[in-house]
Amino acid sequence: MPKLIKNRQIIDDRWVLIKESRQLEDLQAYSSQDLIVPLAFWLAEHNRIQQRSGKTAVWLNSNEVPQSLGSDLHSLEVIALNFPIFSDGRAYTSARELRSNLGYKGEIRAIGDVLRDQLYYMSRCGFDAFLMRDDQNLERALSAFNDFTEGYQASVDKPIPLFRRR
Amino acid sequence: MYRYDNYDHQMLADRIAQFRHQTERYLKGELAGPEFLPLRLQNGLYVQRLAPMLRIAIPYGMLSSRQLRKLAHIADYYDKGYGHFTTRQNIQFNWPALVDVPDILAHLAEVEMHAIQTSGNCIRNTTTDQFAGSAVNEIEDSRPYCEIIRQWSTFHPEFAYLPRKFKIAVCGTVDDQAATQVHDIGLFIVKSDTGEIGFRVLVGGGLGRTPVIGKEILSFLPKQHLLTYLDAILRVYNREGRRDNKYKARIKILVKETGIELFREKVEQEWLALKDGPLTLTDAEFLRCKRYFQDPEYKELSEDSPQLLQVLGENVLFAGWYNQNVSAHKKAGYSIVTICLKQTGTAPGDITSDQMNFAADLADSYSFGELRVSHEQNIILADVEKSALYALWQSLKSQKLNSDNRGLLTDIICCPGGDFCSLANAKSIPIAESIQRRFGDASRLRDIGALSLNISGCMNACGHHHVGNIGILGVDKKGAEFYQISLGGSVDNDTALGQIVGPSFAQEEVPDVIEKIVNVYMKNRQSGERFVETFNRVGIDPFKEEVYAKAD
Repeated sequence: MPKLIKNRQIIDDRWVLIKESRQLEDLQAYSSQDLIVPLAFWLAEHNRIQQRSGKTAVWLNSNEVPQSLGSDLHSLEVIALNFPIFSDGRAYTSARELRSNLGYKGEIRAIGDVLRDQLYYMSRCGFDAFLMRDDQNLERALSAFNDFTEGYQASVDKPIPLFRRR
Repeated sequence: MYRYDNYDHQMLADRIAQFRHQTERYLKGELAGPEFLPLRLQNGLYVQRLAPMLRIAIPYGMLSSRQLRKLAHIADYYDKGYGHFTTRQNIQFNWPALVDVPDILAHLAEVEMHAIQTSGNCIRNTTTDQFAGSAVNEIEDSRPYCEIIRQWSTFHPEFAYLPRKFKIAVCGTVDDQAATQVHDIGLFIVKSDTGEIGFRVLVGGGLGRTPVIGKEILSFLPKQHLLTYLDAILRVYNREGRRDNKYKARIKILVKETGIELFREKVEQEWLALKDGPLTLTDAEFLRCKRYFQDPEYKELSEDSPQLLQVLGENVLFAGWYNQNVSAHKKAGYSIVTICLKQTGTAPGDITSDQMNFAADLADSYSFGELRVSHEQNIILADVEKSALYALWQSLKSQKLNSDNRGLLTDIICCPGGDFCSLANAKSIPIAESIQRRFGDASRLRDIGALSLNISGCMNACGHHHVGNIGILGVDKKGAEFYQISLGGSVDNDTALGQIVGPSFAQEEVPDVIEKIVNVYMKNRQSGERFVETFNRVGIDPFKEEVYAKAD
């Protein structure tokens, strides 16, 4: 089973990431699996996919915004945000909006080009799960969460900025 | 000036350890080049034409003598004995070894300095007027606000991978010297009718490939909302700024394509979620930051120094320097001194380690141990007693720091250009030198009067050529270096972008062309008119005719 970093621990990942909608032409094949499906598929096939016994989560590409999920989002156990390339920073804003503006409490999972050196900022923006790129060493990546002991800003992990605490 | 507390020190130590680790992994081959790239850029490290280049932040241009001595030490020990001040009030070293950079950063941390976010697609060093706190007619000292912005922007987790770099300037003086209107965000400190302090906010200004003057997004932002509003602007930009084309990725393009009205609505929408939240600034935080920028212990002096007036009458050379390089101060009996780093034969903005140590000593002797760096690439002693000016001037000569051309044609703003920079299309330093040599006569220079001449070696416009009264841009013409000239740019309160005069010129033609342009001005100027005023009155045509006239 693939591995995932969740809440700073390495765990087995039971979710199957469906990268493209056409993989789901035969939904029967996935009847009992827990799937993370593309936003477009979710929006179009919302009802049909939930008739399966497996659970369903949604992933958003970096040009898609969490507001597209409407009120559905609170029923989702996982929302995954894709990094097409690690230097595309849009998902940091999406994660912060999910947590701070939309009040989302479920798992926010980073997927795609997820690398060790971005984990700390991601965690500050509200990501709590990381499906790392294949070549990344998960054990060693765990140290990234301790890169800094403190930050100046108001962030998801510390909503009160330093200037109100110092 | 601001002093670090344990939090600031700890975060900086964490950062150095992080970058040391990243550098080691890169050198061992565990971290690929493209993945190391943004990490090293956000620690100020470029790989240049000849060697790596390290750009060190000088937050809003403020330096203590101790910090400047540390920079001198780094120049001597890790570099070739000199540094280069930039138009972002930073300093660059051109010859450090990659493997030494974490050690250099550790040295800097000892004096509360760093190279964080001096490059990369993130929020860069916040700049301000180099006279802040000492200027006459100041609305309020901008430096506490700059420090608040510095802390908010440093390691901002949401905005480390923006579409492109992001520059903020704050102006608290009546006469803007910070090029505030050509920044991604320009903040003008204003006072409301009821005496409340806030900001007039401009957005979407910038130079580079597409020069734009910022547009007003808000006429009055009460100061406590500063950070929530900045967060809101950055959030809209991070989400919607173009990422498909790096030349269209700056916020100015987004604002242009969206339209300022719709852009404002989007920011307001984001702001609703943030406004009055925990990031709202508190009186306690304003007070805490202001405490670091209180007036030094000025003496109570009379405005005029009889001693000074006497020497001014006796010594023409001193008077010449005084008239150009000394500015009025808010406190009676004090002056602001600009030490011009524009000696002919030295690249504009370059300073040797000996000069750094010397300037640090001067700051200790004459200006409460502090200095500033200006975007014009000069250094400033902001609090000098008038009665000490003559002694100060006499000592400047020993280190060739007595250039008396501040604000004149030879006070050239100039990027490192093709001699150092791998982005450049053409060299810029030799162009600056050839112009300085052509206009070497001091009395002629003064007769020409206030004139800014800015040179960039490529479209990225580090030398601010668009806003020079005369702007020179290096271009590549079928593999040869050519220079395009623009006229009428300005960066003061009436910021304007220069107009291109016409086809570009070969390197050896440039001094002649500048001379012709100056001659047209001299011929047409009415009494008291500065170059840019004459240009605005007569337009570009007389200049064009002269410059492209066929020889008889």
